[in-house]
Formats: sequence, C-alpha cells, structure tokens
Amino acid sequence: MAAVRLIDWIDARFPLTKLWKEQVAEYYAPKNFNFWYYFGVISLVVLVNQLVTGIFLTMSYKPSSAEAFASVEYIMRDVDWGWLIRYMHSTGASAFFIVIYLHMFRALLYGSHRKPRELLWIFGCVIFLLLMAEAFMGYVLPWGNMSYWGAQVIVSLFGSIPVIGQSLVEWIRGDYYIADATLNRFFALHVAALPLALVFLVIAHLMALHEVGSNNPDGIEIKKLKGADGHPLDGIPFHPYYTVKDTMGIAAFLLVFSGVIFFAPGFGGLFLESPNFEPANPLQTPPHIAPVWYFTPFYAMLRAVPSFAGTQVWGVLVMGAAIVVLFFLPWLDRSPVRSIRYRGPIYKIALAIFSLSFIALGVCGLKPPSGIYPQLARVATILYFAFFLLMPWYSRIDSVKPVPERVT
Amino acid sequence: MNDEVDHSRRRLLTAATVGTGVVGVAFAAVPFLASWNPSARAKALGAPVQVDASKLEAGQMLKVVWRGQPVFVVRRTKSIVEHLGDHDAMLADPSSDDSLQPDYIKGAARARNPEYWVGLAVCTHLGCSPLGAFDPNQAYQLAGTDLGQNWPGGFYCPCHGSKYDMSGRVFKSMPAPKNLTVPPYAFDGDAIILIGVDDAPKKA
Repeated sequence: MAAVRLIDWIDARFPLTKLWKEQVAEYYAPKNFNFWYYFGVISLVVLVNQLVTGIFLTMSYKPSSAEAFASVEYIMRDVDWGWLIRYMHSTGASAFFIVIYLHMFRALLYGSHRKPRELLWIFGCVIFLLLMAEAFMGYVLPWGNMSYWGAQVIVSLFGSIPVIGQSLVEWIRGDYYIADATLNRFFALHVAALPLALVFLVIAHLMALHEVGSNNPDGIEIKKLKGADGHPLDGIPFHPYYTVKDTMGIAAFLLVFSGVIFFAPGFGGLFLESPNFEPANPLQTPPHIAPVWYFTPFYAMLRAVPSFAGTQVWGVLVMGAAIVVLFFLPWLDRSPVRSIRYRGPIYKIALAIFSLSFIALGVCGLKPPSGIYPQLARVATILYFAFFLLMPWYSRIDSVKPVPERVT
Repeated sequence: MNDEVDHSRRRLLTAATVGTGVVGVAFAAVPFLASWNPSARAKALGAPVQVDASKLEAGQMLKVVWRGQPVFVVRRTKSIVEHLGDHDAMLADPSSDDSLQPDYIKGAARARNPEYWVGLAVCTHLGCSPLGAFDPNQAYQLAGTDLGQNWPGGFYCPCHGSKYDMSGRVFKSMPAPKNLTVPPYAFDGDAIILIGVDDAPKKA
C-alpha cells in the first residue's frame, strides 16, 4: 500500500493520475486504426533515438572547421561503440523523413487535416519545416566535402533575395565564405535551439490531437455516437489497446531500422554520400552536388526553374511555395467527405499523380541536370502544384459514396 | 473610494507598458543579431592576396583563395582574346551590365590586361566552383555532360550545368543569372596581381 500512498501524495501536488487517465488510459481512440497509423508513434521513437544518440555524439564531436571531420572519424574508429551511435543517428535522420512522409501521406489518404484538425495539421507542417532545417544543419557538421558544398548551395539561396540578399548571406555565414563561424553556429542551432523547438512543437501537436481526438480510416467523428458510459461507441482506450498494438509496430520498425544500421548504413550512397568521406575543400566542388535523398524533391524544383529577369530568386520561391502550400491544405480541400474510401475517382487519380510526381522529383534531384531529367522535373513540379491549387475545384465536383454512421 | 475601473486609463497604461517592453526587447536583440556578423578576426583575414602570374603558360589557369573564395587567374591565348566578341548573340549579358565587376573592367575581355582574366570561381547560380574547359576544338565530357561541337571555350559549372565563355560571361537560358563576378584587383608590374584592392600600392 506504500505505492498507493506515494501516488496519493504526488496527486495532491501534481496531476499525475489525472494526466495518465486523460492522455493515456481514458483517451479513447477509434478502434479501426490500420497500418498507416503506426507512423505517428514511430516518428516519436525516432525523435527519442535522435535526441539520445545526438547527446552522446556531442560528447566526442568537435564543432570547429579544423577538427570536425577528424572528430567524426575518431567517433567511428576510436570511441567504443561510437560507430553504432553515429550510424543510429545518421540512419535515424533518413528514417525520420521516411516515417514523416508516410505520416503526412496518411493525412492525405484519410483527410486527417480537415476541420477540426487544421491546427493539428499546421503544427505538423511547422515540425516538418524545422525538421528540414535540423537535418540540413546536422548534415553540415561532419564537415565533409558534400557537407561544405551543400551548405554553400543552400545558404546561397538567401543571396537571391533582392537588395538585402548578399548581406543576409554574410550574416548567416558570419564570414565571407562557409567557415568555422558557420559550422559553430549551425552546431549550436542543431543541438540546442532546434531540438528544443521541435520538442515543444511535438507536445503542442499531441495536445491538439488529444483535444480534437484522432481521425480514422473512415474519416468520421467517433465522438458523435457515445454509449451510456459517455465514451465513444467506436472508441477504445489508448492504453492498453494501442500501447500494445504500437509496441508491435515499433518492434517491426526497429527490426528494419537495425537491419539498415548493421548491414547498409550508407544505403548505397543515399543515406551517407560518398563525397562526404572526404574533408571539406573550399576549392574543389564535388563533380555532382546532390543533397541527401529527403531534400531531392524540393531541390529538383529549385533546379527546374530557369533564371528570369536577371535573378534566380524564382526557383527559390517555387521551392518555398512547395512547403508553404501544405499549410493551406485544410482549406483547399472542399470535398464533403474526408476519407479516400468514400471519395470518387478524381481524388484517387489526383493523389496517385501527386505521389508519382513527388517520387519523380526525388529521382530528378538525385540525377545530374541533363538528359530527360530537367524536363521531367518541370512536368512533375507543375503536377505537384496542380494537386494543391486545383483541389478547390476537383475535390468539389468529385463524386462521393455514402459515409457510414459507424466505423467499418 | 471609487470602485469604478477607468478602462481608458487602464488601456493606455497597458499599451504604454507593452510598447516600452517591445522597444526594450528590440534593443536587447541587437547584440544577439549583430553577433552573427563577420567578426573582427574574419574581417582581418579578408585582406588582399598577391599572385605571381608570370609562370602561367598561355591556356593555363591558377586558382587562388581570397576571403575563402576561389579566384581564377587565366592566361588567355591570343586567338581566344581575338574571338571574345564573336559570340555576343549567345550570351545573356554580353556587356556585363547586370553583372558584378569593378568600374575599370569593361568590354568583352572583362580584364585590366586582356591576356589575364581574373574572376571569382563561384557560379552565380548557387556558388559552386565552375570547371575550366578552354580549348574550343575539343569535345569536352564534363560531369557526364557533353559540351557539344560548337563549344567556344570557357567554364562549365558541374552542379547545375551553367556555361560561361572565356571572360566568365554566362550563356543564354542557363540557371546562372549573371556573369562570373570580377573581384577588385590591380597589377603591380607586368604579371604580379593583387586581388582585393583597386590600386597597386605606390613604390617609394
């Protein structure tokens, strides 16, 4: 009974039992979650992986242009288990984006961004944006040649802004080129500022989710029909039902994740690019600069837009717009139903074309800008934007099937 | 005692307090934002560099570092200099009106001495370093791209495929919007080049 007395003592001073009940034991989630609903909790697991391995990496890493590259090699060769911790972190970065892209695709499938979950979706978009900044700065830290030139290309994007561009770039770099000062400040942002912001946003994302309740593959509100006990008829408590189910999903994910870490940590040059095994050299551009795979769809858009009126700011604007347009998704979608299960053929075809365009852009961004790739990237960029900008029309005229009262 | 709350007075005081706070925060932010500017050390390291180009053969190139940026010094052959004006129709900015160069750099040669071309080895698209491909008669294969039969000689950026001529002038319809930047430089004698200054120091 000592444990009960301890809990009572805490509850009188901190809402421990209340939080546990509200957020876990008596948080009613729809009972029809399918495969797609694993990726939210898996992204949380990857976030914890990144935080823990990242903290341990900072214990051996040196954020200076003279020592950074060698300190990463030191971690790989001389620190006990350093190779494992570093590969967990580098593979975790790619895993994060795989999981997040699938998590976002789930929203497109089942309409999880629709009213009343707009703010939940927007928090998610901000998390995605910060994650891109976090991943970019993290990629600079090993100070390999691809780190260096990747940073050069991305920081130069700000230079295309009229009037203030050049001084803005100098301000970001803290020098006249990508230098020690740049590396040092990226380190500070990567290990302190952005992770802090990410953790707060994840908490806000979960608070918004638990306020409105989870969507489900049928895209209907389970809160509309409640039983005599006041709980949704189609809801089941998150604990123990989904804690157990998610544990299974996490185990399956960790199996694949470990497979990559142990057998293919570079993943054929996709997760760790070969020019990055050479130290940064400001005088020698790698023959072909390609960002890590998760940025290539947006990078392909940047390259697909030619310079016009004496500035190449247009490509930068298009790339930025590709992210900004996501924020407006809840208001672009005018369909009377949420889930793809009850939507007509137009949305299904549009979503298929959009997915293929995104993958095509990813491939184009990995390839040199010659042959069919520049043209393919242009077509795919147009289709990417068409999916969003034409949505108010095609989602309205699309046929719909009757939506059931209860989940199926 | 009056229990009535004077709302307009309260609003004014609240607005004044918030306003003062915002101004204070803005002033307090200045040191943090300014700490990101290039430091005094970075500025000191941005001093001019001296290059002895006399050892360059015609058709050869030197790459030197100024302010951490690679700078090309190319010694051009006579025939290259003579043909610089021939392909103006293919160029985006043949007279370099929209490009960055000091006032004393003019014309197709874009140089103080047409024999030596000095320019930043930084592509104006996104800052990659272009490759030299100076021989107009050669069929170049650079970074998996064929520069074609009519290549007049120049620079090729391997990142996004921008092409420049022998004066660093960009061809039409390239990702790069401007010609390669010419930094301030001066000759000290026939082939000693000072990069980063407009005038050579006077000899005593």
